Amino acid sequence: MDKMLLGRYINGESLIHHLDPRGKLFLSFYFIVIVFLCNNWETYVLMAAMVMLFVKLSDISLGFFIKGVRPLIWLILFTVLLQIFFSSGGQVFWHFGPFTITDQGLINGVFVFCRFVLIIFMSTLLTLTTTPIEISDGLESLLKPLTKIKVPVYEIALMLSIALRFVPTLMDETTKIMNAQRARGVNFGEGNLLKQIKSVIPLLIPLFVSSFNRAEDLATAMEARGYHGGEGRTKYREQEWRKNDTLAVILFIALTGALIFLRN
Amino acid sequence: MVVPFVYAFNILNLYFFMFRIMVLLILKTKFERERTMDGIIDIKDLCFRYSQENEKLDLSHVDLHVNEGEWLAVIGHNGSGKSTLAKAIDGLIEPESGEIFVDGQKLTEESLWNIRKKIGMVFQNPDNQFVGADVEGDVAFGLENQGIEREEMHIRVKEALQVVNMQDFAKHEPVRLSGGQKQRVAIAGVLALRPKIVIFDESTSMLDPEGRMQIISLIKQMNREEGFTVISITHDIDEASLADRVVVVDDGKIMGDSLPEELFQKGNELIDLGLDVPYPQRLKFELNKRGIQTPSEYMDEGSMVNWLSRSILKN
Repeated sequence: MDKMLLGRYINGESLIHHLDPRGKLFLSFYFIVIVFLCNNWETYVLMAAMVMLFVKLSDISLGFFIKGVRPLIWLILFTVLLQIFFSSGGQVFWHFGPFTITDQGLINGVFVFCRFVLIIFMSTLLTLTTTPIEISDGLESLLKPLTKIKVPVYEIALMLSIALRFVPTLMDETTKIMNAQRARGVNFGEGNLLKQIKSVIPLLIPLFVSSFNRAEDLATAMEARGYHGGEGRTKYREQEWRKNDTLAVILFIALTGALIFLRN
Repeated sequence: MVVPFVYAFNILNLYFFMFRIMVLLILKTKFERERTMDGIIDIKDLCFRYSQENEKLDLSHVDLHVNEGEWLAVIGHNGSGKSTLAKAIDGLIEPESGEIFVDGQKLTEESLWNIRKKIGMVFQNPDNQFVGADVEGDVAFGLENQGIEREEMHIRVKEALQVVNMQDFAKHEPVRLSGGQKQRVAIAGVLALRPKIVIFDESTSMLDPEGRMQIISLIKQMNREEGFTVISITHDIDEASLADRVVVVDDGKIMGDSLPEELFQKGNELIDLGLDVPYPQRLKFELNKRGIQTPSEYMDEGSMVNWLSRSILKN
């Protein structure tokens, strides 16, 4: 459970690790947008080459990225099958009721698959090379303009970072409560669905109670240490925009240009 | 004929006016000086209840006076109101009536944040007061709240971590720390803010014996060497015995105010006061029960061993 939420970050000293989180966040979103510019083999090959370059630069083995695809594989297959069976145009290979398989459909299916994999690889790259706290700091500075329309960006970022900080603590607690309830004869993960759902209740209630207590304690501690809203706060952690970050942005601009040139 | 009179009267009035101002000023400064000399914390007739429906007061008519540089231990049962008292001093709860003065300043809504700068608090649960993502981030949290510049923050965080001997753990996340280490980080967070008063609200109660002794010796160092006024709310006899003065709280009232030595002579009564009785004291009690005469003053483990060895030699 721990791995799913937090353990994704892999410590490293690579070029990608040292990029500014603001830049990484922004470019990851930007990448998702430009993936939709791809519409032929040349563009997909170019994008795949870029992603492989980033993977190489991050010094993280390809296996971790492939693992990132696994939880979404059913969604991907479903979308690919939709494309294959319901696209029209081109040569018809097979026809049954509303289903048709055409060469265009097959190509579309492959493209959709590539699109998914590219996006997942890129977002996995972000989470593998950026600590959660860097991501939350990066989000805070990217969203800063929203403070003008009264969005509590500081508070949201602080909430996010506290939530991230408490994930391992609550996981520990969950394990403790599970063990305590097992000792009292609760079977987790056994029996039919209804039974399994029922067995979660003696886990959830103590967990809720204790996290409410924690929240209250934490609020008191924060107040005692002088927290009174985001206004007038300074930041201890520093984000530094270096030459490499500018280079990354330039690379992405060039990539966009190349995509527009290559697509038909 | 009237004009000079009016003139003279006005001059007289003016003199009188100046005299009045002078008297007022002198009185005021004298009054203030008296108040600051009075002690760093003064609580007068403080009452508080958690809910209006409660018939009983959770703090009832508390008067307390803490001298500057003193180490005051507050002991009492669970639910006796001792933590409530600590929270009231820091303005974390609003009293029903009564006054609190901290460093000569009355605790009001306006002075609240200013007073909180003078008080650092370390709470019971090491996990529930760790706000930052890592050690240095947590120490910096209070500094960030005060809007201190980044360079200054880095200096202060480093210094504070050195005092609590956690400088090698600056980048560690809380999961990788023990309870005692987390409490040391909490203390560093307080030290970085440079308060005058530090309140320890049962800060050692959730720690293992080693962590507990480390925190207690750290409190001692802060009080004796660095001159912090310390209020420690505790069940721990070792912590209470190091204090200059011990206040007993029961049922929201202050029941006693004594030197630790005086208090610990009470033997088994201490359990009723909400303290865990130290082993030498229990041993003395048992010896007395068997008709063996023991010295009446309080003895720590070392002096008890000395006395025992000597009494064996005598026989």
